[in-house]
Amino acid sequence: MADVTVRVWRGNAQGGAFHEYRVPVEEGMVVLDVLHRIQAIHANDLALRWNCKAGKCGSCGAEVNGHPRLTCMTRMNIFTPGETITVAPMKTFPIIKDLVTDVSFNFQVAKKIPAFQSRPPDAPDGSWRMMQEDIDRVQEFRKCIECFLCQNVCHVIRDHEGKKQHFAGPRFFVRLAELEMHPLDTGTRTGLVKEFAGIGLCNITKCCTEVCPEHIRITDNAIIPLKERVVDEHYDPVVWLLRKVLGKR
Amino acid sequence: MADEKYETHEYDVIVIGAGGAGLRAAIEASAQGVRTALICKSLLGKAHTVMAEGGIAAALGNVYPEDNWQVHFRDTMRGGKMLNNWRMAQLHAQEAPARVVELEAWGALFDRTKDGRILQRDFGGHRYARLAHVGDRTGLEMIRTLQQHAVHKGIDVFMECTIVRLLKEGERACGAFGYWRETGRFVVFKAKAVVLATGGIGKAWKITSNSWEYTGDGHALAYGVGADLIDMEFVQFHPTGMVWPPSVRGILVTEGVRGDGGTLKNALGERFMFNYIPEFFRAETAETEAEADGWYTDKKKNRRTPDLLPRDEVARAIVAEIKAGRGSPHGGVFLDIASRRDPETIKRRLPSMYHQFKELADVDITKQPMEVGPTCHYAMGGVRVDADTTAATVPGLFAAGEVAGGMHGANRLGGNSLSDLVVFGRRAGLYAAEYAKRSPGSFTVDAGQLGAIARECLEPFERGGDENPYTVHRDLQECMQILVGIIRNEGELKKALEELAVLRERQGRVRVAGNRQYNPGWHLAMDLHSMLTVSEAVARAALERKESRGAHTREDYPRMDPTFGKVNVVVRRVGDAMSVSQEPLPQMPDDLRRLFEESK
Repeated sequence: MADVTVRVWRGNAQGGAFHEYRVPVEEGMVVLDVLHRIQAIHANDLALRWNCKAGKCGSCGAEVNGHPRLTCMTRMNIFTPGETITVAPMKTFPIIKDLVTDVSFNFQVAKKIPAFQSRPPDAPDGSWRMMQEDIDRVQEFRKCIECFLCQNVCHVIRDHEGKKQHFAGPRFFVRLAELEMHPLDTGTRTGLVKEFAGIGLCNITKCCTEVCPEHIRITDNAIIPLKERVVDEHYDPVVWLLRKVLGKR
Repeated sequence: MADEKYETHEYDVIVIGAGGAGLRAAIEASAQGVRTALICKSLLGKAHTVMAEGGIAAALGNVYPEDNWQVHFRDTMRGGKMLNNWRMAQLHAQEAPARVVELEAWGALFDRTKDGRILQRDFGGHRYARLAHVGDRTGLEMIRTLQQHAVHKGIDVFMECTIVRLLKEGERACGAFGYWRETGRFVVFKAKAVVLATGGIGKAWKITSNSWEYTGDGHALAYGVGADLIDMEFVQFHPTGMVWPPSVRGILVTEGVRGDGGTLKNALGERFMFNYIPEFFRAETAETEAEADGWYTDKKKNRRTPDLLPRDEVARAIVAEIKAGRGSPHGGVFLDIASRRDPETIKRRLPSMYHQFKELADVDITKQPMEVGPTCHYAMGGVRVDADTTAATVPGLFAAGEVAGGMHGANRLGGNSLSDLVVFGRRAGLYAAEYAKRSPGSFTVDAGQLGAIARECLEPFERGGDENPYTVHRDLQECMQILVGIIRNEGELKKALEELAVLRERQGRVRVAGNRQYNPGWHLAMDLHSMLTVSEAVARAALERKESRGAHTREDYPRMDPTFGKVNVVVRRVGDAMSVSQEPLPQMPDDLRRLFEESK
């Protein structure tokens, strides 16, 4: 059993600093195990979020050596033996304490996305018919565990505090794409995608896709198709002309 | 008012817990037009339901038209060794299909059959392929669907808010006292009806599939106000948890692996489950490997593989193989799907198992077998409720989901939990709202009661104690794992009760550092109160039931005893002591009883 040195950011909204801890590590441990050891041995009050410890709930995101990751899925054996590991809170969200940040922005955006509205049932027993190949793509989006690592790395949110009011972020582009491509949903949301969600601000750097622990191809499969829909509906000259002539909005 | 010193909220209905049952209850209560609050320990959408993998059991009959509620009811009762509350099992089997279709109406996308209907998969103890599913992430689909539906329903959500005690006015429940995790400040909820949907108790054991939230809060809250708990001796050890590496020991490996063709093998490569078919299930279980393998595609000509016996049977068989020296290198057995299904099928059907083993154990499940062993998974026991209304024995208190007892009897079938959550979550919301509507306007909360709770919560900061809450928790987990585990006996259970008394005394000396802001050490110190209460209830109930039935195995009483088959063990608080008694099971009517005679 070897020891590892870990630097953990500790503090609150007023400020803080990295604290260094030394704890024993065993084979197979993940960063979250190391944090739990620090809690148990050195700092009972070290604040962090976690739930499932199996990569399914998306609670334990942090920046490990500068990379946004789920700490429960980050094996210690990816680091060089003897390397000091640095764990810091997600940078984009306001600090509450230690590794716990205020992610309420995401829950506020979620509330603004209109609910799913299904078409009437297809069969007299109240059920629907959908082919698997028609839902594969939407199921990819529904794998999202809401860890918000994509929101954390998105530079529109990270670097431009003022844009938050007009930009939903990658997690919610995935949600909107899911609703748009859901075979049963009858709502239209392209206006919303353009105005409130601000998809035009995304310049497809794919940072979100890179950090997604569920490997959802956020940029290619969600954001770009949404951008195309917005263009088709709002900037297509033929559609624009028809609207003018027919007087439809 | 004397309680002005605490942040106070008033509602018609408060729902404590925001997993599948809590969300469904809140949605229903709110739909009845009453003011509803949903209170959860974590962020919304992180509850333990997200970890459910295999599916939701409902006799939709999409894959086998022969399936219907009677068959599902029968499977559930037999899986529970006939100790289930028959009425709950009946309502569950009857209403589960409508609840699944409702999830689809709210946006859930289950995997499909070739003709576009909801696909159903095989699972242990279910006669027909019955589990609607989404790969192996069904729980996530369910919680996200309910969450996204709920946010538009005008429900007030209190996230990262932990309830520590229920409040009473006279004999009835009238609210709850808790704290905000973020600030550590106290908060009081006054409510006409309280729904408990807090889940399970697995964090009292060392090897568990359960998350940190599963500290038995709801069980302890109900017990604290004098509500009855039943069947606490029945704790399900899921047969297949990961066993290696040590830090992931206990993480769940879905029964869907076996449902989709995986088989258990010992170190000699033998499919040992054929040696462990109990008399109770012999008539419906395959005797040869050929018949078992044939069953996956033709259920009319073949009987079910013993790999899919109910969980209690499989867990005991695995323990026996390991004890006999035929275990795997890291103290489990092998679960092999690599040699039985092609890599594409495995990755499509079991994506998160593939991911989990690859990332956490360096094992490619399309090429190598998994190593698995039992892990503490589910509490069958819980708050005693009225089957139709989910009302507890304390007026104004309701319970649904894992925190409620009776539905699953002595052992739960896989897939019956997700359906339980939505069937009884809906009923809890409905009847709590009705109760609230009938209740008089306002009531008073005794200020002395609040002050006493607050003082108790703050003691760990103020006392000159010498105990670390993490150390007490670790020792509690060791105690429960070793002395109140899968195989039990009188000596060990009595020893456990002695150790629990010592742990209780140590909990009284826990001291926490730091301040009240987001302080996990302090939170754990308070959770210990719940864990110690439920641990004692489990140990006492296990001592009382002098037989082996379902998930409760006594090596000193290895057989099922018909006299114990007629009773629930009931735990309740009398003064400051825990009383244990045997009370008769509700009697099943004859028309349902006949289902068991016909289908022998």
